[in-house]
Amino acid sequence: MIPKPKAAAKLKIQVLAGGISHEREVSLKSGRRVADALTDAGASVVIREPDAALLANIRKDKPDVIWPVLHGASGEDGALRDILALTGVPFVGATAQGARLAWDKSIAKILVEREGVQTPASITLPKDAFRELDAQGVLKTVAASLALPVVVKPAKSGSALGVTIVRKADQLSRAMIDAYVYCDVAIIERYVAGTELAISIIDLGAGPIALPAVEIQPVDGQFGYQERYTAGETNYFVPARIKKTVAERAANMAIAVHEILGLRHLSRIDMIVDNKGVAWFLEANVLPGLTETSLLPQAVTAAGHSLGEVYLSLAQAAIRNR
Amino acid sequence: MSNSSQKGTNFDQWLDSYAARANALSVSEVRALFAVVSRPEVVSLAGGMPYVHALPKELIARSFETLMADRGDLAIQYSGGQGDLKLRDQVRELMALEGIKSSVEDIVMTTGSQHGLDLISGLFLDKGDVVLAEGPSYVGAIGIFRHYEAHIEHVETDHDGIQPEALKETIARLKTHGRKIKFLYLVPNFANPSGVTLAEKRRAKIVEICRRNKILILEDNPYGLLYFDKQVPDALRSIDENVIYLGSFSKILAPGFRVGYVLAPPAIREKLVLAQESAILCPSMFSQSMISEYLSNSDWQGQIDTFRGVYRERRDAALEALAEHLPKLSTTHPDGGFYLWITLPDGIDSKAMLPLAVKELVAYTPGTAFYGDGSGHNKLRVCYSFPTPENIKVGIKRLATVINLQTELLETFSKKGATK
Repeated sequence: MIPKPKAAAKLKIQVLAGGISHEREVSLKSGRRVADALTDAGASVVIREPDAALLANIRKDKPDVIWPVLHGASGEDGALRDILALTGVPFVGATAQGARLAWDKSIAKILVEREGVQTPASITLPKDAFRELDAQGVLKTVAASLALPVVVKPAKSGSALGVTIVRKADQLSRAMIDAYVYCDVAIIERYVAGTELAISIIDLGAGPIALPAVEIQPVDGQFGYQERYTAGETNYFVPARIKKTVAERAANMAIAVHEILGLRHLSRIDMIVDNKGVAWFLEANVLPGLTETSLLPQAVTAAGHSLGEVYLSLAQAAIRNR
Repeated sequence: MSNSSQKGTNFDQWLDSYAARANALSVSEVRALFAVVSRPEVVSLAGGMPYVHALPKELIARSFETLMADRGDLAIQYSGGQGDLKLRDQVRELMALEGIKSSVEDIVMTTGSQHGLDLISGLFLDKGDVVLAEGPSYVGAIGIFRHYEAHIEHVETDHDGIQPEALKETIARLKTHGRKIKFLYLVPNFANPSGVTLAEKRRAKIVEICRRNKILILEDNPYGLLYFDKQVPDALRSIDENVIYLGSFSKILAPGFRVGYVLAPPAIREKLVLAQESAILCPSMFSQSMISEYLSNSDWQGQIDTFRGVYRERRDAALEALAEHLPKLSTTHPDGGFYLWITLPDGIDSKAMLPLAVKELVAYTPGTAFYGDGSGHNKLRVCYSFPTPENIKVGIKRLATVINLQTELLETFSKKGATK
């Protein structure tokens, strides 16, 4: 169970939302949800854009704590978190270092694999690598080595933007191009069939707690952008319809990943559980979606907590371990 | 794996209750990408926003003060379903500028011309009916026609607008297949998105072809008065009183008022008023009264002239920048309005390229948005109406970088297997 927030004076919280990334709209939606929940929980909340007035707004608002709800590069690549750290105002979520390690999926995969976490075999290919090489030849070799189907995704991106499941070799070139429009580095990863799970982690200072796993079952098969943010396009099961032992292993894996990457107060770890019950790490989310259809809020609610209380507890945790 | 019959959630318990036509309504990543357009760092060549900064706000403030002093109670009351009589009379004068003779009896004020288009579509379209349209055509109209589950058939269009011969052939082909064609939808002046104007010599031909085939024409003309040098030819409605004409104050004044109008043949007008009353009771009396006041007491023709100058300067900036940075690309050369239509090198998909553009801080509208049949992959619309000329140049330069990067990427992976 997540402890309830401590009774304290009304906290002044600055929610940062928007940004200039491809996920700006999701961030704005998430930010407004977080702000509403925090207000309901008794906090005094102001929503701000991370723009040229960022530092001036922090000086003006004098928040007790900053709650960054920024998806995509502007909030998850660590840069903004470095700047927030310089202001001395505590903030919710991963440190800059943790964010950097998780934001680059290729780095995150290496780090967790070193610690014994299973992750699908993959190859990471910067766009520039193809300039000097025979692109078709390289892709042919990759396809033969990993065996189709494979998942092509940008190394740094969220909300499944630029992600393609490639089932035929002649789709690989197009998938690479679609990934490179989001990021100069793409990952080609072996596709693992199974049950898609998202496990949210909350750490208020006493160690990470895994919330109930959310099982994702998109109506049309793939959990893309549209399926994530359109009510009715995906069925969610919380807790996931998996055996208790499998659920425990998956939760332990999620906690391990959270700790290996140093994601501090919260994260969401996405994985696939194959038909043998093995959980495969796919990616870690520094700032999980917090919209009305997002996975972390579902897990919080399923665990019997109110969103406002949990978001406020996270703010208090940020103040405690600044 | 499943160990229970546990029921999941999909966040929409009404999923089985929606009308079939609601299935087409869903979020998309392209729409989401447009969220970044509001950031000042991004040069948006995407949305068709009028440059309202060129409209002195004192004019609006003065209209408001006079209106409140003279007939404030009426302005904030319900109005008739057909709209304010005084404004309809002013609209009649406005349409006369494009050769249209009309009666106030046949004019219906609407909540923007978009609402007029929706009401007309509701009156005429059954599932599977055919709407003929230019190729490309206005994205907002395509959305409405889709909503009414109509089939959109694009007719070959060139630099002089829709081609009469192609129209004839399309009609004949569809009739052979037993399809029911309900109307031809046209934006004849400085079309959205192409910027193209229907040539004068083609207008009577188009009207005659439709008349002979008993096909209604919907003439949507929001940009006609925003010509740069030469006035546009007379409206199609001036040739045939059976043409339904849609007009708007969004581009010649400001879109925030949401006031448009429809001139329709009496029988259709009658149904239109009933449909409007049933949908919204009446259009906003406040907005109508404000516009009426503005038209009565301001130099509105002078203001339109100011807008023409503003948009001409921006069009020139866009064309100059395109000539400098993307000299090999084919583009239209509009003589008025807001838009340029660009054809990209073979193989480039403008929708797939958009995230890269956003990364480079420039936005445009992908070509596929303007077709009901999924074509237009290698086209894009540039809207030059809102950014300053300097920003337009910066935006086009960034667009050139994006297109060059994408071209290079395509070449790297070769064209084989790289097109969708």
